[in-house]
Amino acid sequence: MNITEKILARASSRAQVSPDDVVFANVDKVMIHDVSGPGVIKVFDKLKKQGINVDKLWDPSKVWVAEDHFVPSPDKISAENIVKLSNFTKNYGIEKHFKYGMGQYGICHTLSHEEALVMPGEVYVGGDSHTNTTGALGSFACGLGHTDVAYVLLNGKIWFKVPETLYFKLNGKLPEYVMAKDFILKIIGDIGTEGGAYKTMQFGGGGINEMSVESRLTLCNMTTEAGAKNGIVEPDQKVVDYLTSRGATGISLIKGDDDAQYQKIYEYEGSEMEPIVAKPFSPENISIVREAPSVDLDKSYIGSCTGAKYEDLEAAAKILKGRKVKIRTEILPAAISIYKRAMENGLLKIFLDAGATVGPPTCGACCGAHMGVLAKDEICISTTNRNFPGRMGHIDSQTYLSSPLVAAASAVTGKITDPRDLE
Amino acid sequence: MKGNVIKYERDNIDTDVIIPGQYLKIHDYAELALHAMEGLDPNFHSKVKEGDFILSGRNFGCGSSREHAPIALSHSGIKAVLALSFARIFYRNAVDGAFLLPIEIERDAYSNISEGDEIDIDISNNTIKNLTKKQTYKMKPFSEIIGKIIESGGLFKYKPIYD
Repeated sequence: MNITEKILARASSRAQVSPDDVVFANVDKVMIHDVSGPGVIKVFDKLKKQGINVDKLWDPSKVWVAEDHFVPSPDKISAENIVKLSNFTKNYGIEKHFKYGMGQYGICHTLSHEEALVMPGEVYVGGDSHTNTTGALGSFACGLGHTDVAYVLLNGKIWFKVPETLYFKLNGKLPEYVMAKDFILKIIGDIGTEGGAYKTMQFGGGGINEMSVESRLTLCNMTTEAGAKNGIVEPDQKVVDYLTSRGATGISLIKGDDDAQYQKIYEYEGSEMEPIVAKPFSPENISIVREAPSVDLDKSYIGSCTGAKYEDLEAAAKILKGRKVKIRTEILPAAISIYKRAMENGLLKIFLDAGATVGPPTCGACCGAHMGVLAKDEICISTTNRNFPGRMGHIDSQTYLSSPLVAAASAVTGKITDPRDLE
Repeated sequence: MKGNVIKYERDNIDTDVIIPGQYLKIHDYAELALHAMEGLDPNFHSKVKEGDFILSGRNFGCGSSREHAPIALSHSGIKAVLALSFARIFYRNAVDGAFLLPIEIERDAYSNISEGDEIDIDISNNTIKNLTKKQTYKMKPFSEIIGKIIESGGLFKYKPIYD
C-alpha cells in the first residue's frame, strides 16, 4: 500500500485497502472556520428539527476552529457569524478556537502547520477545500462540506472511496528563483484542473526531499486546483523538526510500502523548471513568465494559505528590499505568528519602505469577499490559488497566479516579470 | 422525475460562479437562492422554475467546498444537475446533504439536449428520456454507496449517527 492507503486502512481498522474500496474512516482531527462553522450550525439546527440528538460532539478535543474568511468583520452579518461561532465553541466545549484580535489567529490551513495541529499519519478533515494543504505533513488531509463535517463532529467518522494515486517525482532541486508554486502550476498545466479529480496527488523524489516543509505545503495546497481528494508527501525528519519546533511531541513517521502501487508516475527534472504564471481564468492556463502577455497590472497581492507563509514573505522581501512598487501591493501574512516573525526580522519594514501595504491575516481578497476586492477590468497578479471568473472581485476582473517572487518582481515593474530579469 | 433543462454549454463551472464568494457569509437558504449562478448568468433567478434541471459540461462544481453551491441551486428549484463530470466536493455535498441529484451523462445527451427541452430522468433504469425530441440517452449508474445514500435521503439517514 502507498501512504494514503495505509492511513485509510489504519483509520478504518482494515489490514488492507485498495483503490475504489469504500471505507468509513475514523477521523483524528477536524477543522471549521467562520464560513463552514455557521454552515455546520445550520445543519445541526436541521437535525434537531428531525429529532436527532446534537447535544454533544464526538470529541471536542479533536476539533479546532479558525476565524479567517470574513475577518476583521467587514459587515454586520460577518460579525454575527463570529458571535455564532464563539457561542458554538463555548456550548460544545471546543477549546482550540483561534480568535482574531486575541493572540495567534490566521488562515485555517496555515494554523494547521504553524500550530502543529495535525500529525503525520492522521486523518484530518476540514470544512474548506484547501484542507489538502496539510497533507504536506504526511497526513491524509481532505476538504468536506457542511453536512459531512457535521457528520464527523457528531460521529467521528466519515466515508471515503479509497483514491487512486498519481505520483509526481521531482528529480533534483528547483533552480534559484523557481519556487514550489511554479512547480505545482506546471503540473496543473500538464494534467488540467480535472487531472487529479477524486485522486491522491503524491509528491516525492530528490527534489521534494530537498524542499522545505513550507514549499511542500504549497504543492499540496494547490492539488485542490487539480480536483484531487488529497495531496501528500511522505513525512521525513524535516517534518519532525518542523512540528517539534512548534511544540509537538511523540511524532511517528509513516511511509508507503516498497511495493506501493501508483496509477501513474510523472517525472520532472528540477533544473528544467521555470517561473510560471496561470493566466485568467483557470489555474491550468499556464505560461512561462518570460512568455506571459505584456499586460498593465493594477495590483500585486501576496497573501492566502497558498502564498503568505513565512518563506513566501521572505521571497517577496528578497525582491522588494531597496526597491519601490509601481502598482498597488498588498501583503497579508497568513497568521499572526508569521506576521510577528516578519516584523522581528525586518521584513515588514522592507515591505513598507517599498510602498506596499501590510494587512492582517484574512482570506478576504483571495475569495473576492472583502479587504482588497478587484474592480471591473482590474488586473491582479496574486500568490493565491484560484483565478476563475470573479474569484477576486468583479466578474470582469482578471487574476494571474504566481509565486511570491514573481508577484513581488511584477509589483516593482507593473508588468508580469521574471524575478531573474529585474535590474 | 420530469423537468425542463437550463443549459450551460461549457466546462469547469466553478463554485465561484455558482455562488460568488461575497455571499459565503449568508446561511439563509432562500437568500442564497437569489444569488445562484450570479457569476455566470445574472438572469438565472428570474428564469429558473421549481423542478428544472441544469445541463453542463465537464468538471461541474470545481473549486471550493462551499455547500452554499448545491444549496443555492436546490433552493432555486433545481432538482438535478446533468454534467459530463463533477468535481468531488460538489458531488458529495449534493448527495450527502440530499440537495439535488448529480447525474453523469455522456456526450450524446450533452450534445442533443437543448435549453428548454423537457426530460424525464429514470434513475432506476439509468436512462434519460428527452420528451421534447423523443430521444433516450444513458446516464452513468451511481456507485453503490452513492446509490444507497441517495435512496436513503442523505448521509444522516443512510447511516444514522451513533450507529
